[in-house]
Amino acid sequence: MANYSTNEFRSGLKVMLEGDPCAILDNEFVKPGKGQAFSRVKLRNLTNGRVWERTFKSGESLEGADVMDTDLEYMYNDGEFWHFMDPETFDQYQADANAVGDNYKWLKEQEKVEVTLYNGSPLSVTSPNFVDLEVAETDPGLKGDTAQGGSKPATLTTGAVVRVPLFINIGEVLRIDTRTGEYVSRAKG
Amino acid sequence: MTNLWRPGADNVALIARAEMLTHVRHFFAQRKVLEVETPLLCQGAPTDPHLASIQVDTNGETRFLQTSPEFAMKRLLAADSGDIFQICKSFRGGESSPKHNPEFTMLEWYRTGFDLPELIAELITLLEQILGEQVVFETSYQALFEQHLRVNPHQVSAELLADLGSKAAGRKLAAMARADWLDLLMSQVVEPKLPAGIAVITDFPACQAALSQTAINADGDDVAKRFEIYINGVELANGYLELRDSEELAKRFEADRQIRQQQNLATNVGDDYLLAAMQSGLPACAGVAVGLDRLLMAKTGISNIGQLLSFPFGNA
Repeated sequence: MANYSTNEFRSGLKVMLEGDPCAILDNEFVKPGKGQAFSRVKLRNLTNGRVWERTFKSGESLEGADVMDTDLEYMYNDGEFWHFMDPETFDQYQADANAVGDNYKWLKEQEKVEVTLYNGSPLSVTSPNFVDLEVAETDPGLKGDTAQGGSKPATLTTGAVVRVPLFINIGEVLRIDTRTGEYVSRAKG
Repeated sequence: MTNLWRPGADNVALIARAEMLTHVRHFFAQRKVLEVETPLLCQGAPTDPHLASIQVDTNGETRFLQTSPEFAMKRLLAADSGDIFQICKSFRGGESSPKHNPEFTMLEWYRTGFDLPELIAELITLLEQILGEQVVFETSYQALFEQHLRVNPHQVSAELLADLGSKAAGRKLAAMARADWLDLLMSQVVEPKLPAGIAVITDFPACQAALSQTAINADGDDVAKRFEIYINGVELANGYLELRDSEELAKRFEADRQIRQQQNLATNVGDDYLLAAMQSGLPACAGVAVGLDRLLMAKTGISNIGQLLSFPFGNA
């Protein structure tokens, strides 16, 4: 990979730092009038999501990280790995629990998700902000209770448990906000 | 693309700038300080390793765009101009950020017979006339380092300095000059803790003397008779009790050139005309440079310099 100097550090650039691939979030140029210039850099460590703040002397450089965001189709879980496929090249990838994280709750077979590849292997999975998932199990719906108050747990086909209004029944398809894990509405259509 | 022809500054900012310039000129006219103009395209350039002079080809001859009018103004002083001020563009390669533009407006003035406290008082009077009354906090470089880093910047060992610097940077940095470690700690640790209003910082480390005199402080340490003024934590002005010893100047030029050689920076810098002027005799004087774009940032509360320039570097 190419090396990038501090003056090429831009938000979104992927670089190697302390052995981990990182994405640059912000690069602040700091220079006293007569003094040495520095770059105060915020980076997200892509292996664990942590945000790092590091300072570089102007002119220092970092090696680029072989990191690529791709849209892959989720296929199945074999108990240990989650398997994905590139719908155009049919290349297959397996992601471990580290890479998938909490997103396993929102993975629906045959649907596309963004998978970040590092040196060709899945590093992280990003669910779409909203997914439509079917209710597999919940207490029977209460007729007439459509307006206010009250919620109950519902288990979705992926295994995720979300709080839903009392009127929701098994078999209904719900729209879920994956960022908060909350019920939004019944899915349209 | 279509909107890139438009100015960075709106009309309110253009008017604020014009008023500030009028105010500055009136301030110095009242004090009988003479306004001067000196060349922007110079044969000499500062040797400071951290100032990147922009070189231009003028029909086969290389000239430097000035990084400040210091050298030429000192040549005027040596030729008995008396007290002088200048408002001019200065140029520093590679300096681009929400607080920096590679081409910026500088106010610089020199007062013969002034000591630093007199010059600082005059500068604060000017700033308060433009900004309104300010809380003024005056301290030494040493007091700030003792308060925020628990070390004496004039005495701290190179090893401890590197440890503190790497801690502030969040990573181990390769070896740097003492002055550079101090800059790192100043900008990363001290500056964010400066109070709102005007902060005057005096008695800089001797290794950052640039073209100021040095003196021995009460602890017996060499310090630079240099001060800086920050406004709301942003560096605004840099002043010196001016070095007058031409042999010392020649030594500092040469020491800087050696650092430049080690760092593969341009070494065709320095200024023989300034050396000759100092040999002829620079009157005792104090001088200060103020970044007027930064002053306008403080005046308007706008934190992005590009919104105060008619056309910032990106669409100049």
